[in-house]
Amino acid sequence: MKKILLSAVAALAMGGMTQAVQARDLVAVVGSSTVYPFAIVVAENFGRTGPFKTPKIESTGSGGGMKLFCEGLGVNTPDVTNASRRMKMSEYEMCQENGVKEITEVLIGYDGIVLANARQSQQLDLSLRDIFLALAKDVPNPDGSEELVPNPYKTWNEINKNLPKTEIEVMGPPPTSGTRDAFNELAIEGGCKTFPWLKAIKSEDKNRYKAICRSVREDGAYVEAGENDNLIVQKLEANPDALGVFGFSFLDQNADKVQGSKIGGQAPTFDSIATGDYPVSRPLYFYVKNAHVGKVPGIEGYVREFVSAKASGQEGYLTEKGLIPLSPKEHREMEKSVRQFESMNW
Amino acid sequence: MTKQSMSKVEAHLARRYAREKRFRFYGLLSVFVGFAFLVVLFTSIISKGYTAFQQTYIQLDVTYDADILGLYDNPTESDWLYANYDGLIKAALRERFPEVTSRSEKRELYKLVSSGAKFSVRDSLDNNEELLGTTATLWVLADDDLDSVLKGHIDRTLPEADRRVKDQHLVWIDSLVENGEVEKRFNTVFFTHSASAEPEQAGVWGAIKGSFFTLIVTLVLSFPVGVAAAVYLEEFAPQNRWTDLIEVNINNLAAVPSIVFGLLGLAVFLNFMGLPRSAPLVGGLVLTLMTLPTIIISSRAALKAVPPSIREAALGMGASRMQTIFHHVLPLAMPGMLTGTIIGMAQALGESAPLLMIGMVAFVAEVPQGITDPATVLPVQIFQWADLPERGFVERTSAAIMVLLAFLIAMNAFAVYLRKRFERRW
Repeated sequence: MKKILLSAVAALAMGGMTQAVQARDLVAVVGSSTVYPFAIVVAENFGRTGPFKTPKIESTGSGGGMKLFCEGLGVNTPDVTNASRRMKMSEYEMCQENGVKEITEVLIGYDGIVLANARQSQQLDLSLRDIFLALAKDVPNPDGSEELVPNPYKTWNEINKNLPKTEIEVMGPPPTSGTRDAFNELAIEGGCKTFPWLKAIKSEDKNRYKAICRSVREDGAYVEAGENDNLIVQKLEANPDALGVFGFSFLDQNADKVQGSKIGGQAPTFDSIATGDYPVSRPLYFYVKNAHVGKVPGIEGYVREFVSAKASGQEGYLTEKGLIPLSPKEHREMEKSVRQFESMNW
Repeated sequence: MTKQSMSKVEAHLARRYAREKRFRFYGLLSVFVGFAFLVVLFTSIISKGYTAFQQTYIQLDVTYDADILGLYDNPTESDWLYANYDGLIKAALRERFPEVTSRSEKRELYKLVSSGAKFSVRDSLDNNEELLGTTATLWVLADDDLDSVLKGHIDRTLPEADRRVKDQHLVWIDSLVENGEVEKRFNTVFFTHSASAEPEQAGVWGAIKGSFFTLIVTLVLSFPVGVAAAVYLEEFAPQNRWTDLIEVNINNLAAVPSIVFGLLGLAVFLNFMGLPRSAPLVGGLVLTLMTLPTIIISSRAALKAVPPSIREAALGMGASRMQTIFHHVLPLAMPGMLTGTIIGMAQALGESAPLLMIGMVAFVAEVPQGITDPATVLPVQIFQWADLPERGFVERTSAAIMVLLAFLIAMNAFAVYLRKRFERRW
């Protein structure tokens, strides 16, 4: 018995060993954790329908994905990277330096960022300015003078008397997350810009402007709750006074537990995000290494599946997962240019 | 002794007994607290996860209509592959609910069935031209939302706007239930499928196989190396500063956080040696580094436990040192070494942090066939499911934890068995 068991294990192990390290036969994808739930659906549909293997998808975050993607060419580097923001100039240059010359950029749709609380509490109606005043590290002096003071606000009604008298407590992702980047840029900076004298700093000293308008307070009112959005939803259920920051797809799936706050008078719904009325939404992208197309089997098919109308179109299956699609015209143009693998130029 | 001193002793004795009683009580209390935590952990996991072992299926009368499929004379292999199987399911649903006519309503109706159902229709037809035109009664996977409703995970009393499942769906679902056209069955998909974006099509088989390949690599490398190192250090090495240094380092390595091994793996195995990313081969190498100290330390302890009289007797009978060790000492120490190895393996099975750096934290839908195929492991699968938005993954996360715990308990029980069966007391 022992011998049989041992030889069986040995045979299995040898079977694995003999498959020498060879060229990759499936597409390797890395990148944003926001695009990840969409990418795995596309990968699965692509893999199960056709003759190609299902692509392998790592959720590394947008920045981490770019780093791996721009490392160079070859089987040990990924073919595609997902991003919940556009590629930065510095990243593009890194790619160019490492020989990743031709890159196809694909805009797949939009994602809304919501500020939600538990259903049993009151739905908040916030403006971008309220969000800035509640969460920035330094805010304009409440007496109206043009100077910055450390954020003094403790409860929501101190900011805006129409808001409830509950403590400011917001749970959101840590700084490494693309969601946090976008939230800082769209919501906090968006509110910051409503003060003309703060906006004026931008033309004088860009770095100082960023430091003021994209900072988040560190006195405990903003709690870094990790990248796991499910966890935030659970914590909101347990703590009805708290708000949470996460992507629209999580609100969509947990609509019976949490509600999204109105921002600028707009509730986060599929339609308000698609039309751009809801102010905190961001584009989602993926990038393809053109040099790998034709070398690694399946890249072309995977990309085509992703940009096809049945996936990312108006009624595609990704919309059921919470993706906000491009307008039909935008989508057609995108699909056309992507099919040619038109390389991006900076 | 005087009466006075006797009473003193007695008073003291009472205090001593009381102290002993208290100490026993504290001991019992800590055991009890530990046990209570275990019970809480298990009940929370099992109560959340047991429903995942059942899955809802829907009965459909599917007509293999060649026109819908888009199959004409002499279909080729790829015609069969890309035929419109989805269309058959949609047609069957329309036939079952003829009252649904508007386009938007139909779209909602189609959501009752899993997007994976088309593949089971494809399998049932199996490229068989003779079946075209006939009708078959198939049980196909239901969508995760329907599954959640039947399992009571979605509160039907909430206002419609607050629910993922709308009133319309509930009417259809109730009508299906009434006619016995839905059925909960044992969830075989969970044990035979790999990762998936849809809860109802997700399973742990790919992760189990990934864990198996990773552990095989770990075992094949760490056991011989660990035992050889222990035997050398314990039996042959001279006692000097160098061996002391090595010993300190081994003990140190056992305490290094596992993520550090992952970083090392990334730098050495991936970037320098160019081994494939996400492969069990690299995962096994990294986990070998992690388990080696555990194995060496426990093997040395096992060797130390063999009484010197055995060695002396063997040497006295004229055996060489090599013979002494391999014929007498090693067999007696083996149960202890194996126990240490199994505990090290169980640790490695539960590890996910070092695998993060080498790309094994990934969506891998293909079941790995060898140690160089992309793979993921059980704890990573749990981590990933915990992160997905769909409600159906909550119960599957707990179910996967149960599977992992079952493996861990089995491995530890085997270690206990080995110890009980072969250990010798002197």
